[in-house]
Amino acid sequence: MRRFISIVIVFGLIMFFINTLSLLPKYGSVNISKVSEAYIDKNVNGNGGNVKYNESESLENGAANVVTSIVVDYRSFDTLGEVTVLFTAALGVSLVLNGIRRKKYGRRPNFILRVSVGILLPLIILFGTYIFIHGHLTPGGGFPGGTIIAAGILLLYLSNEEFDLSKTPKFVEGISGSLYIVTGLVGLAIAGVFLINFLPTGIVGDLFSAGIVPIVYILIGFKVGAELSGIVADLHREG
Amino acid sequence: MVYYIAFILIGVGIYGFLTQKNLFKHLVSLTIVDTAVNIFIISLGYIEGKEAPIYSKYTPIANFVDPLPQALVLTAIVIGVGTLALGASLLIKVYEKYGTLDVEQIATKEAEE
Repeated sequence: MRRFISIVIVFGLIMFFINTLSLLPKYGSVNISKVSEAYIDKNVNGNGGNVKYNESESLENGAANVVTSIVVDYRSFDTLGEVTVLFTAALGVSLVLNGIRRKKYGRRPNFILRVSVGILLPLIILFGTYIFIHGHLTPGGGFPGGTIIAAGILLLYLSNEEFDLSKTPKFVEGISGSLYIVTGLVGLAIAGVFLINFLPTGIVGDLFSAGIVPIVYILIGFKVGAELSGIVADLHREG
Repeated sequence: MVYYIAFILIGVGIYGFLTQKNLFKHLVSLTIVDTAVNIFIISLGYIEGKEAPIYSKYTPIANFVDPLPQALVLTAIVIGVGTLALGASLLIKVYEKYGTLDVEQIATKEAEE
């Protein structure tokens, strides 16, 4: 009976959504909005337009990846709030799980796991670092890069019973989070706006371009990596 | 088409939330709904025949899909991860107290005390 009623409710909901489809533009033929247009042309202040890869110079934002330019430059304050939400979640996890014993399996982990961690871990950490350093040029950035590093830490936890991060995530997290705010305050001191892009932006597509965007994304990478490693360390305990 | 996939995934998530008795399955259902909404928002920015919004060797001038929904979904994904981790840790505490995650068994144990 319960299943039947649930099916009816879900079916009605899906039919309601499908009926609202006529209000939406057809899939694949959306008109790009004026705001997105300005972001793509790097024309928000009205002095950009016609960006060309490897040629355009000293734009208001030099990141080749438009999504990164929105997340870390135009809406950087929003990202600061987002990182704070993640920090609060990590804090909540460690508060809730405080005092639970560490899980012991009682036997040595598999030989394949132990050996392959030694080979894979440097590669995983290198790949994560590559992802967040090239956040303004390629898909990715601080959030995926930090997650990849946290996955490497999870492998370490699975392969070695004695491994413990103890307080390292807290320090890395605190330092990189404060540096993010310091970057914003430096912008406030130099140009009068919090988190403004105060460095020269260079040529679109260079590794050393886009002003503070790579710096902030590297800080976010460290912060997210430390936070998620802390969550992994907290959850990897005996219930 | 992608709209329908997103709607069906929302339906799957709500169905799981309504019928399952295990609290962990509730959490997974909520995550499915979260993912479905993200897919829906991303698909609102898709434009036929255009490329990912990154200036590169292969797309030197702008011929891009809408980057704004993608930037918003990036935020939503991170917050989804935070919620999931916090929910999972609360479930660990619930399991520690009652020894089960079944809603009805928890209600019986509550009534006995």
